[in-house]
Amino acid sequence: MQMSGAQMVCEAIIAEGVKTVFGYPGGAIMHVYDEIYKQNGFEHILNRHEQASVHAADGYARATGEVGVAMVTSGPGFTNAVTGLATAYMDSIPMVVISGQVPLSLIGTDGFQEIDAVGISRPCTKHNFLVRTLEELPRVLKEAFYIARTGRPGPVLVDVPKDITVDIGEFVYPDSVNIPTYKPTYKGNRRQIEKAVEAIKSAKKPLLYLGGGIVLSNASDLVREFALKTQIPAVETLMARGVLGAKNPLLLGMLGMHGNYSSNMAMSETDLVISFGARFDDRVTGKLSEFAKYADIIHVDIDAANIGKLVDVDYPIVGDITEVVTKMLEQIDDIDTDRYQAWRDILGRYNELHPQSYVDSDEVIKPQWAIERLGELLGEKAIITSDVGQHQMWAAQHYPFDRPRQWINSGGLGTMGFGFPAALGAKRAHPEKTVINITGDGSILMNMQELVTAAEYKIPVINVILNNHFLGMVRQWQTFFYEKRYSETDLSFQPNFKALAEACGGIGYDVSTKEEFDAALKDAIEQDKVCFMNVQTNRFEDVLPMVPSGGALFNMMLPQKVLSNTEAK
Amino acid sequence: MANSKNERHVISVIVMNESSVLARVTSLFAGRGYNIETLTVAPIPQSDMSHITIATNGSAKVMEQITKQLHKLIPVYKVIEHEEMVEKEMVLVKFPIAENLSDISALCSAYNGGIVNVGPEMVITMVSDEPTRIKHFIEATQRYNPSEVVRGGVVAIER
Ligand SMILES: Cc1ncc(C[n+]2csc(CCOP(=O)(O)OP(=O)(O)O)c2C)c(N)n1
Repeated sequence: MQMSGAQMVCEAIIAEGVKTVFGYPGGAIMHVYDEIYKQNGFEHILNRHEQASVHAADGYARATGEVGVAMVTSGPGFTNAVTGLATAYMDSIPMVVISGQVPLSLIGTDGFQEIDAVGISRPCTKHNFLVRTLEELPRVLKEAFYIARTGRPGPVLVDVPKDITVDIGEFVYPDSVNIPTYKPTYKGNRRQIEKAVEAIKSAKKPLLYLGGGIVLSNASDLVREFALKTQIPAVETLMARGVLGAKNPLLLGMLGMHGNYSSNMAMSETDLVISFGARFDDRVTGKLSEFAKYADIIHVDIDAANIGKLVDVDYPIVGDITEVVTKMLEQIDDIDTDRYQAWRDILGRYNELHPQSYVDSDEVIKPQWAIERLGELLGEKAIITSDVGQHQMWAAQHYPFDRPRQWINSGGLGTMGFGFPAALGAKRAHPEKTVINITGDGSILMNMQELVTAAEYKIPVINVILNNHFLGMVRQWQTFFYEKRYSETDLSFQPNFKALAEACGGIGYDVSTKEEFDAALKDAIEQDKVCFMNVQTNRFEDVLPMVPSGGALFNMMLPQKVLSNTEAK
Repeated sequence: MANSKNERHVISVIVMNESSVLARVTSLFAGRGYNIETLTVAPIPQSDMSHITIATNGSAKVMEQITKQLHKLIPVYKVIEHEEMVEKEMVLVKFPIAENLSDISALCSAYNGGIVNVGPEMVITMVSDEPTRIKHFIEATQRYNPSEVVRGGVVAIER
């Protein structure tokens, strides 16, 4: 069929089954927007900043596992999108971002709103394209979606010069993709898998180290089955919260810089690390020379470059978690689960010794209480997104995540401002779910313009602002490591959050007691409107346990020991 | 492994011939802090691929990462870390015409080269040999006051 390049872009989006596109128009992408106006195959949501569009597409992708799509114009539209691309890149999120570009004839002339988008985005995309002819456009679009979702997923940028969107040509959307240089490995090496299973059977203190790759591979059920059959204790990374389910007795908790005591001790004492889709990030390992010092390491990852990058691996398996765990499951029927009983007992005692705890208060809302309360009231029903800071760590520590894709946060890049737009994407994907963004008084301002988007499109996302009047996480480091010199972290000067939400068409709640918290949450859910719940918390709460940066995992700063069960929780 | 010493390595990267593929390769080196000593690139005859030869240095662990990271680039078809190779480099050197041309010519032929161009003011010589020998050759030319030296970067082929 004959059509314009702009129409081809829309047709490809429809052919890929994308229902929602997030974006912001401008000169170079106007022809595409003109076609968006004429079609009804997908909806377009006008965020109020391109960064938010990309985070929203990202949140949509994380909540569904499908490719998220964002659209921006050239120059500043594209540069605003870069943080969104980098965020998705670091967490391997499948996404296609389509950017307008100046006409081919102007490229290289410093034309109005010209910027080298493929140059800038090269290190923060899985791949990118500058479309050079109309003929290649359908193939490029097809490849972009394919590359985004296959192998180790990631964001792909397609930069389309304006004249190509105007030109008319024949459109046939390819059925399949053939990139001779791109063949991801899905099946793990059979022999290696057998060896790994043997190692598991002969280990005494094995530990499942579960990462975000399990979520990306939709392998949580298989991993749960594997844990159940083997009775091997497990730790989750920040990106894997929900994989095993909070109620699973084998789950010790989250490990790493803010991991709980038993998780970090387990990693320090294990004799066999079984890593499924985790990448040994420095926030997880602490001091590398002390990390899992007594253990052999099985590392299953779809990205060969992750294996052996930071730690030496004894059983490298390049492959998709789903494929590899399926094969492992076939070989463990005869496993002796009693073998690990002593190890489970030790870890159980560690957990009794130092459970994940905090000292609650009757005077003021403790941030951890707020999160546990959300968990009690919403539990499995909600999707939780977060920004970056203390609130993010408390959410990861204290919310009882029950399933994968329930917890959406920027782990790799740590992007403040991610949570609210990501929540919009998640809510659009799952309108039936309550979507809560757990955020801080710093982070929320980094994409607060999305109040307007949420109000206009009636996307009722609940922002729970744990307001400590600080850039809390930075303040915590200043307390511990900079002799309490609170350089530029005091946020005593505040907007009126309630009025701000209302000014943009949402609802605001000022919350400073537990009763108010419950009442505001109930009302927010009933009103079904975007809101800010401005929750006053104590100012100087610290995220604990904490492994100081570069320290060994077993050297944790621990919370104040809780004295009695009635006095504190 | 991590603290094994930095050694010189030569790798060949076979890539699709498409725009910006070289930029992808070099920006990967820059972004991840790897060194490039020399880099040469040319299309492979009768194919839609190009051959990039990179001389670099790093520990075994770094080399493993370089290879894997290169392989991850979408247009990269193959990465060969050379072990048993024939390795050659070319150099062009310009001398003033007043220098002793027969000495220069003899020196060049000792390194498999010769005079390739003569002008009113200068001669140009070309030598191609192993990189270490090229280095020696350049040192040896110093006494004839070379006015310009252009090295070509290595190419290598596995034996
Ligand atoms: C875009 C961005 N800028 C700066 C930082 C560094 N940073 C990490 S946590 C943090 C403080 C966050 O404060 P707030 O959102 O109020 O959360 P809190 O830690 O108080 O819960 C900062 C500034 C970041 N992660 N992202």
